Amino acid sequence: MTNHWNDLQHTDVCMIIGANPAENHPISFRWLLKARERGGKIISVDPRFTRSSSQADIYSPLRSGTDIAFIGGMIHYAIENNLFHKEYVAKYTNASFIVKESFKFNDGLFSGFDEGTSSYDKTQWAFETDKEGNPLKDEKLENPRSVFQLMKKHYSRYDADTVSTVTGAPKEDYVKICELFCSTGQVGKAGTIMYAMGTTQHTVGTQNVRSYAMLQLLLGNIGLPGGGVNALRGESNVQGSTDFALLWGDLPGYLGAPKAIPEHATLKAFLEKETPKSGYWINKPKFYVSLLKAWYGPNATKNNEFAYQMLPKGNKNYSHISLFNAMYKGELEGAFLFGQNPVVGGPNAGKEKESLSNLKWMVAVDLWETETSSFWQKEAGSDPSKIATEVFLLPASASFEKEGSITNSSRWMQYRWKAIDSRGEAKADLEIIHVLATKIKALYKNENTPAAQPIKALHWEYGHGDHPDIDIVCKEINGYDYNTGKQVVGFGALMDDGSTCSGNWIYSGFYPEEGNNRSKARDSKNTDGGTNFLNWSYAWPANRRILYNRASADPSGKPWSSERAVISWDRAQKKWVGNDIPDFVPTKAPTDEGGINPFIMLGDGVGGMYAPTLNDGPFPEHYEPFESPIPNVFSSVEMNPTVKVWDGEFNKKGNNKDFPIVATTYRVSEHWQSGSMTRNQEWLSELVPHMYVEMSEELAKEKGIKNKDKIVVSSARGDVTAYAMVTKRFKPYKLKGGTIHHIGMPWHFGYKGYATGDTANRLTPHIGDANTMIPEYKAFLCNVRRAD
Amino acid sequence: MVEINLNRRQFLKLTGAAAATLAVVELGFNEKEVHASTKEFKIAKSTVTPTICCYCGVGCGILVHTKDDTVVYTEGDPDNPINEGKLCSKGTTLRQLYTSEKRLTKPLYRAPGSDKWEEKSWDWMYDTIAKRVKETRDKTFVHKEDGMIVNKTETIASLGGAALDNEETYLLAKLMRGLGVTYIEHQARI
Repeated sequence: MTNHWNDLQHTDVCMIIGANPAENHPISFRWLLKARERGGKIISVDPRFTRSSSQADIYSPLRSGTDIAFIGGMIHYAIENNLFHKEYVAKYTNASFIVKESFKFNDGLFSGFDEGTSSYDKTQWAFETDKEGNPLKDEKLENPRSVFQLMKKHYSRYDADTVSTVTGAPKEDYVKICELFCSTGQVGKAGTIMYAMGTTQHTVGTQNVRSYAMLQLLLGNIGLPGGGVNALRGESNVQGSTDFALLWGDLPGYLGAPKAIPEHATLKAFLEKETPKSGYWINKPKFYVSLLKAWYGPNATKNNEFAYQMLPKGNKNYSHISLFNAMYKGELEGAFLFGQNPVVGGPNAGKEKESLSNLKWMVAVDLWETETSSFWQKEAGSDPSKIATEVFLLPASASFEKEGSITNSSRWMQYRWKAIDSRGEAKADLEIIHVLATKIKALYKNENTPAAQPIKALHWEYGHGDHPDIDIVCKEINGYDYNTGKQVVGFGALMDDGSTCSGNWIYSGFYPEEGNNRSKARDSKNTDGGTNFLNWSYAWPANRRILYNRASADPSGKPWSSERAVISWDRAQKKWVGNDIPDFVPTKAPTDEGGINPFIMLGDGVGGMYAPTLNDGPFPEHYEPFESPIPNVFSSVEMNPTVKVWDGEFNKKGNNKDFPIVATTYRVSEHWQSGSMTRNQEWLSELVPHMYVEMSEELAKEKGIKNKDKIVVSSARGDVTAYAMVTKRFKPYKLKGGTIHHIGMPWHFGYKGYATGDTANRLTPHIGDANTMIPEYKAFLCNVRRAD
Repeated sequence: MVEINLNRRQFLKLTGAAAATLAVVELGFNEKEVHASTKEFKIAKSTVTPTICCYCGVGCGILVHTKDDTVVYTEGDPDNPINEGKLCSKGTTLRQLYTSEKRLTKPLYRAPGSDKWEEKSWDWMYDTIAKRVKETRDKTFVHKEDGMIVNKTETIASLGGAALDNEETYLLAKLMRGLGVTYIEHQARI
């Protein structure tokens, strides 16, 4: 989230799209209701009329997978009706930048596309620059090669009529939504967008989010209270686990993992290649060397590139689908699973289950026996005698049986104290990881093979005994002066000469001195005159609560409006003051160089209305999902041309004749993700005991299905049996080319626990977004019939 | 144990006492009996520890009441500014994460081809897992590729971690990269 939960109360208009917070983030919704008490409005856009829709002022349906059409039309509406915040757009975004003549767009393809590799030559999308490399601009936004004019042209095709026939949103409701949300382009107004996996889990997931960010930049809604682009995180610490790089492409603090390419062969080459010439990332070498120092300690020296060569370098895409494809092909021997349950939660879950039997060994750390750790059992449909996988199932402590911090969606790092000893012999993951590390290191102690060297070099000193001293871990994350052992006050103090260490620079500052672990801060009364709660927990980076808050003030440093003030430039004190920590150099005056550039992490210092770095184009363009019910109305290019297509048995594709119905998945309040945490509890199981599939009355009638009938839903990849839930919450979609039915179902169920049911993800495909490889769970084709 | 703000609790105690007085006056209740029954409440004399909900990313505060080596009650933390004491259905039932009969309480091992779990000691599990990691690593570790040092183990995957604490994710990322593992993924992707 750019903003935070409590800040939602300040919004004038909240658009919920690709999320259902009333159901899945219930307590967040009280802040929206508070906004409504102050006159705020709520818009809900969703394929199904959800619990959030029931609380909204306006609802519009949207066929799964058509967000870009929907938002593209809103961008068009804002520009055509002159509802955008012109000065903000001219000064704080790259809308004024001039784009090279080589950038073109024609019938669904941007210039530079190579069919052979399904990728673009992005150099064709570059900006025009002066001799020093600075982008040429037209702040009047009139130059036909300016980003603004190109964007205006691109979205001129997204008129309300076309949008309506693609998305299925009734035109009248759609125009009302455009009008209401774009009203926040006025100075003094703020609109926010809340989204979740309904946005990201598509072959165009990244561009969906991009389109939201563009709309928000256009309306001047970023950096303000009640504004922002707010991703609703679905797991208690998925923010933290991402920050700490449990994803293949990153090292902690989004530092980027090295690859096996000549430009990454040495630390010097890597830093030269990967450090931008401007923006805050110019400090990357300090953060990188400090991380290496935290990981390799005394074994990281100036003479050995701070042990950079110890890091693994790989050239493949190692993301979830690729990982299971490798497992399917027998390329993996072992796997660790920390609370993950892909047999229920993975895409094309039937194939993921099948893949597991190719492992030699699996270590599952969990509170429960899950469908994944017991994939070899008869109840799973397996023949145990034919599965040679060794499985080690380790009982893990529950969250309140241990201590440590987690980071919520607002980036607030909150501490959890230990309330009770672990149930039975369960142990904290911290201890499990620590003991495994020390045992593995011990096995290599007397070896000097190439395999032994990196693990021996890893600095692992967390106190005596089996349970590591969490305080030592916390200090290492925050960072300290390597010579004195004194904690650093923040990431500004980190150095690239090996004199400091820090395990994650974006968290540096949470533990600035002995006895002051700020994730433990519990003062909710002293709020420093706002609702940012600066004395409750610690928000990374630097305890900032509203990101890009420099943009809440005009170029001269004065708040755009006093009602929406966050920080302002105080001439007398020569610093930024306000009720939040400035997301800016605190003493940099508006008249200084870069003093009006609010987006400090970006090289140009301005928001990216145009993004020449993404794989699938600098502007979001509508493409149909991998499995689509209708041809693409906007161009002859059906699917995002840059996605990787997995084929054969690993990912069968269904056509719209055999599978004419659009399906999506979702969650309910009473269950959580793959259900292992909640289906193993009695009360929650009793509240939602069965797998069901929701459909419209019209579809039910067509298929002769009644409410509560047992039905079978099939896709090209599998079948599930479930109860029919016939409701008015789904309606047939009137699209170009006819009427299309849409269904939805929860993905929480499996065969373990008290509440059991078929697994929805046996239907979903193995295909991912062109930039992130997030699977396209949210739009696929299926058919429905009665079970008898 | 952390010190928490007890103002609300004190407030409840006071209003409770006031109500009891009223009851005695108006309905003739025996104040001593009322007082005695309050002592039998499950949460009387329980230890209260603040935690943060383990489910979605909102981060609601929860107070965990423990007594006699079990969790007797959980409730929303009124001091946490995010939820101000409110909870959803999952947050409300947090106690059952401790009390559920389905909780795993011992390490379990499944041998190749077997159709059942066997109980094993932690030491045996740790030692055997460490051996498996070493066997796989030693057999498949790649030190150099095209003359470049790559130090990687592409035959082991690490999945999961979105429910771990930050300190745990830090150690996990450090250990896995330290082992040369490249297939590192978790719930953020899916």
